[in-house]
Amino acid sequence: MSLEIVDSCVGCFACEPLCPNKAISAVMQPGEPLFFINPDKCTECLGDHDLPQCAEICPIEGAIVDEYGEALNPLGSLTGIPLHLLEQMREAECRQ
Amino acid sequence: MELPVISNAAPPSGGGGCSESGCGTEPDALSHLPDHIRSKVQDHPCYSEEAHHYFARMHVAVAPACNIQCNYCNRKYDCSNESRPGVVSELMTPDQAVKKTLAVAAAIPQMTVLGIAGPGDPLANPERTFETFRQLSEQAPDIKLCVSTNGLSLPDCVDELAKHNIDHVTITINCVDPEIGAKIYPWIFWENKRIRGVEGAKILIEQQQKGLEMLTSRGILVKVNSVMIPGVNDQHLKEVSKIVKAKGAFLHNVMPLIAEAEHGTYYGIMGQPEPTPLELQALQDDCSGDMSMMRHCRQCRADAVGLLGEDRGDEFTLDKIDEMEVDYATAMVERAKVHEAITTELEMKRALKAAPKFNPDAPLEDEAVPATRNIRIAIATKGGGVINEHFGHAHEFLVYEIGPKEHRFLGHRKCTPYCMGDESCGDGETVLGGIIRSLEGVEVLLASKIGFEPWADLEKAGIQPNGEHAMEPIEDAIRAVYDEMAAAGKLALPRADSAAQAA
Ligand code: SF4
Ligand code: SF4
Ligand code: SF4
Repeated sequence: MSLEIVDSCVGCFACEPLCPNKAISAVMQPGEPLFFINPDKCTECLGDHDLPQCAEICPIEGAIVDEYGEALNPLGSLTGIPLHLLEQMREAECRQ
Repeated sequence: MELPVISNAAPPSGGGGCSESGCGTEPDALSHLPDHIRSKVQDHPCYSEEAHHYFARMHVAVAPACNIQCNYCNRKYDCSNESRPGVVSELMTPDQAVKKTLAVAAAIPQMTVLGIAGPGDPLANPERTFETFRQLSEQAPDIKLCVSTNGLSLPDCVDELAKHNIDHVTITINCVDPEIGAKIYPWIFWENKRIRGVEGAKILIEQQQKGLEMLTSRGILVKVNSVMIPGVNDQHLKEVSKIVKAKGAFLHNVMPLIAEAEHGTYYGIMGQPEPTPLELQALQDDCSGDMSMMRHCRQCRADAVGLLGEDRGDEFTLDKIDEMEVDYATAMVERAKVHEAITTELEMKRALKAAPKFNPDAPLEDEAVPATRNIRIAIATKGGGVINEHFGHAHEFLVYEIGPKEHRFLGHRKCTPYCMGDESCGDGETVLGGIIRSLEGVEVLLASKIGFEPWADLEKAGIQPNGEHAMEPIEDAIRAVYDEMAAAGKLALPRADSAAQAA
């Protein structure tokens, strides 16, 4: 049982100090997500907090996923930006 | 301790009289402050328009995490609303930040203020922020420290802040009403949970107000910044202003929302309008209530180095700093000399300004001078208080309002330089349109040099370009231009105005 940080992480460090198990660390490797959760240490915060702390503070939608790959903060859940506008943004970013 | 508040209103009489330098007809926003606070403030590049030509500040990016979300912020990128870089900018460890600060301070003796403003919220990264402050208080006692915060963790940090050489704390307070707050802050992280909407905003507001009171009661200077978001908090900010001043904030600074879609912020994507320069100014007049302070605040990049206006960051990248050997003890002696020279110069200027007020025989010019109206003049400058920037290279214009006797600094109008010196010049036409729009209300533009083409377009837009005052001090030049226009009869008042202005 462990959460995972994916590519969209912007490396803001917010999650790192909150982890009760010190499972989160910065990876300084190009091509990898900026932060990494050690699956052997992550307990999804069970026994420490009601909610997984990293996912509670992470400001980036979709950056933290569960073992099924489901985002804990799905698109649109943090900013309230409508999905179709987010899509347009994505496309514009890709074109650049 | 009660900190007085700067306002346009006359200082209460019977308050022990006013100090000499502040006792003129000239608007002097500092004159209301008691001596110990004025002395803290008057040499501060961020507060004193006078001093900001001479002293410099820098910011170090040591604090990446944030504990709230603002609708004008996308943490991926540099934040244009708060003075903070995005996480993509150079993030430093406290040790690196200290080394950089010492290196810059040794190379640029004018650097007197070190701030931590991000990339996230400094107080959401207390270890990193306070480690930096602790080392600097020890190693460089001649550097003032400042910190900006969204306020959520402020009450918990006040005791620690009070231990360091903290010059002032800036709190960004955009509202005091949770309903409005919910439109600005979608969520906060509080007691191990993400709390959304009105509930989250309510906690944030309570913490901000509590933190503000705790700081002022300890005698720590507090400045409040607000982002003006038209249709969301623009009217409300007047109320905010009253409350924060009553609680002892010595300055309330209103900044315009910057919301561009490509920044990927909520407001940017949703098309939230930014205030126009005139809307901003009207609100600043209502809120900040001060004539000369803080209008020069330019929401500088948090990691900018150098005198306000010139960015010398490239000289101090991490690898270059690694190679530098800084002997700070020696540097501090050198710095003290430079500071003394600057202080002497500033004092002389102040004395000169104050002098005519004590001349009882001064002729009463009032009747002699025909009434003329106030105008706005834009200046292209790189800093140093002189007109020394080409129109085409200017990233911003300083706007002054000048009347028959007084002038005041209104603020900066940022722009994309007309000529970037490369192919982007092809886009010059639309860029010029943008510049002209940003200069709404301005009648004269002074630059060290202005090209032929923009000249014609500026004229067409009712802005008189003028390159005759290159390298002259701004204040002398605008006075000369004003007097010349007045003499040419260009500034006659319409009748109704004339009565109003005379009153
Ligand atoms: S879910 Fe909890 S234990 Fe797992 S990485 Fe996140 S904070 Fe750490
Ligand atoms: S909080 Fe989210 S974006 Fe920030 S470092 Fe952690 S996973 Fe990355
Ligand atoms: S407090 Fe600053 S860093 Fe945090 S979301 Fe707001 S603007 Fe961004």
